[in-house]
Amino acid sequence: MPIRSTTNKDGQSLLHIDGDMTIYTAAEIKDELMTYMAQPCEREIDLSEVSEMDSAGLQMLILAKREAERHGTSLRLTGHSRAVLDVLDLCNLALYFGDPVILSCNEKKGQ
Amino acid sequence: MSLDLDQALQTYIAEARELLQDMEDALLRLEVDPNDADTVGAIFRAAHTIKGSAGLFGLDPIVSFTHIVEDVLDRVRDGDVAIEANLIAVLLESGDHMLHLVNVVAAQGGQLDAEAIVRENGLRVRLQAYQDNSEVSHVVQTEKEIPLQSSGGGLVETDNWHISLRFGQNVMRDGMDPLSFLRYLSTLGEIVSITTMFDALPLADEMDAESCYLGFEIDFKSEADKATIAGVFEFAREGSLVHILPPHSKLTEYIELIRSLPESETRLGEILVATGALTQQELESGLSEQQTSARPDGSTTPLGEILVEQRSVEHEVVQAALDKQTQSKDSKSKESRYIRVQADKLDELINMVGELVIAGAGVSLLAQRVSDNSLQEAASVMSGLVEEIRDGALRLRMVPIGETFNRFQRVVRDVGRELGKDIELIITGADTELDKTVVEKIGDPLMHLVRNAMDHGIESASIREAKGKSAKGTLRLNAYHDSGSIVIEIVDDGGGLNRDRILQKARDRGLIAPNVTPPDQEIYNMIFEAGFSTAEAITNLSGRGVGMDVVKRNITALRGTVSLDSAVGQGTTVSIRLPLTLAIIDGFLVGVGKSSYIVPLDMVQECIELTEADRQLTRERSYLNLRGEVLPFVMLREHFEIESTGARRENVVVVTCAGQKAGLVVDELMGEFQTVIKPLGKIFSTLRGISGSTILGSGEVALILDVPSLVQQAVNRESQHVSTKQIPHQLSCS
Repeated sequence: MPIRSTTNKDGQSLLHIDGDMTIYTAAEIKDELMTYMAQPCEREIDLSEVSEMDSAGLQMLILAKREAERHGTSLRLTGHSRAVLDVLDLCNLALYFGDPVILSCNEKKGQ
Repeated sequence: MSLDLDQALQTYIAEARELLQDMEDALLRLEVDPNDADTVGAIFRAAHTIKGSAGLFGLDPIVSFTHIVEDVLDRVRDGDVAIEANLIAVLLESGDHMLHLVNVVAAQGGQLDAEAIVRENGLRVRLQAYQDNSEVSHVVQTEKEIPLQSSGGGLVETDNWHISLRFGQNVMRDGMDPLSFLRYLSTLGEIVSITTMFDALPLADEMDAESCYLGFEIDFKSEADKATIAGVFEFAREGSLVHILPPHSKLTEYIELIRSLPESETRLGEILVATGALTQQELESGLSEQQTSARPDGSTTPLGEILVEQRSVEHEVVQAALDKQTQSKDSKSKESRYIRVQADKLDELINMVGELVIAGAGVSLLAQRVSDNSLQEAASVMSGLVEEIRDGALRLRMVPIGETFNRFQRVVRDVGRELGKDIELIITGADTELDKTVVEKIGDPLMHLVRNAMDHGIESASIREAKGKSAKGTLRLNAYHDSGSIVIEIVDDGGGLNRDRILQKARDRGLIAPNVTPPDQEIYNMIFEAGFSTAEAITNLSGRGVGMDVVKRNITALRGTVSLDSAVGQGTTVSIRLPLTLAIIDGFLVGVGKSSYIVPLDMVQECIELTEADRQLTRERSYLNLRGEVLPFVMLREHFEIESTGARRENVVVVTCAGQKAGLVVDELMGEFQTVIKPLGKIFSTLRGISGSTILGSGEVALILDVPSLVQQAVNRESQHVSTKQIPHQLSCS
């Protein structure tokens, strides 16, 4: 169960992804993530516990982001761990996720 | 990884050896026809595949050396380096060294010894002469070259490489992480800007979490050359799109790149402008030009054409992959056409067939005695079948001699170099088949004869020119079937043998009596005697006085003969005559007194009756008159000292061997007989005129006549007879 769901202080849905976001866990993460994403609400994903991330993990984040856009909701990534930051830097995607509309102070701190 | 690496490594080693052999063959072909682009391509692909696969196994010594070779070959292919003799020599030696590397590093898992390292360093230095002087100048050269190919559209300003990547869906499943390629790339230079392309990412429902949908547009600043950069993505190439544009590429190349990528032009254009690969102006002028260059009929250039034109690297890779596929398909179908059988099993089968033949002969004999028609008929059908089985079984062991001959291409080339002689090897009759055991044993004697011919036979270029011959020497290897034997000829167009020197030497050694002058043919064949060398200088190749006698011994051990003919100033021909098989032959059964003898049927020309008149004449002379031809003969009764009164009628079996005819006088002709050759014991090895024995259907033993030696004997005796009678020598030769 790599994803835990809680509620943050603003009453929004908060998803915690724990452990590796790699090819080995991608299928599982995708299934769970998409179940949550199907519910139309503002959402935050806490990445502070992500220990490793590869292309498959990156695709998951991109997918989540796009699904959110498609449903007209917002998605914020917060608490990026080192592993996540490395990947986003390498791929120059911080800007994509850090869309000014949904830029949160948490995310800024993470960067 | 579930793949059994060890097994894969064995496959690699086998494949590398084959590829190196192909490479060698191709290089030798190239020496003949330096403009053959296909061959250059084949050599390049061989080196490329060896390097690529070695990389997979982490065989770094192979990768690093092969890389240089590949680099040089790449330049050859691009026409930057001309093919000349030195280059081919270096490449051949590099091929040898690669084989050594494969044997040592891959097969034994060892390290190169000092000698090999010295050799490798030497080769590296020599190869460097053909490489680009430095990486930097490569970039300069790219710059210089491009304006020459004026296809419209100026050069773009940026001095960065532009790399477009679209990974195949299976990349991650194959155990590779696209991100790690980027990390590796960043070790080669600076990633100036990067845009991650995920337009291919499908909707959540259709997306497979384990497939890769990513792509990257990268501007990259690096001093590395294209091959190095392309090498980064070497293992992602399958199913992936990799486009690499060098710095200062043509604008049109960028435009074509844009069109060839899956995303929309506008989006890509924006990205390229945003990352600084193109300026807005460049993009606009480029795109408008593209429109005007659309074909008159309104269609635009097909995507495939663009892809191929544009992605030169990719094209080669696709081509190489295709070739590889067809190759492996070829070799697979080749494999499926062959099964590997242990030679012992085959020998056993042939032995059994031999026994079957003998047993069959017994049955036929009994059937004849019983004189039951239907039994005889059944027996004859059976012996027909047995004959077919025999032929089929023997054919299993027949292999074409071509492979053995082809080995000499390299030998001739290398020895020619060593001796400073330009010698061409011409192979004919490569399809001629002979028994596998014979093929294996003929290699060494052939090698010796070939080297001898090159060393002593063919003169140096200056002497040849002085004699009015072409400077290039010719060596011919030829094989053909002739009356149950295979004849292998080694023909050179050199100076020929020095008859007088040989005669002198033979006399010195007491091999020929001082007052006797044998025919030329016999003198020439003296060089097959032990310790006979007429070479004026001893080289490290041949001429040490050993060899020719060993050659003769080896060939005799195969029941073969070797003879030599020479014409001063025109060359020498060495003919090796070998029996086709060592096991079963078609024989012709003849009777003398109570004994039976077998003559190999292939050597039988005809049978005639010895008339009473002839019989009278034979007391005076040792030849018969065969339709006006002089036919020397052997009375087998006398030859084998058979004690029996002369038969009422006698017959002459006319046999032919190596162009000479002779008659064997026998009592009875008993017809064809399938003969299983049983070797004679050591005790009988000094017997002349007998080459083996066989068992008849009745269980009796019949001796197989050694026709070549009998013919020789008859001819010699006859010519001696003639010369003592002071009759002109020519008579015996007519």
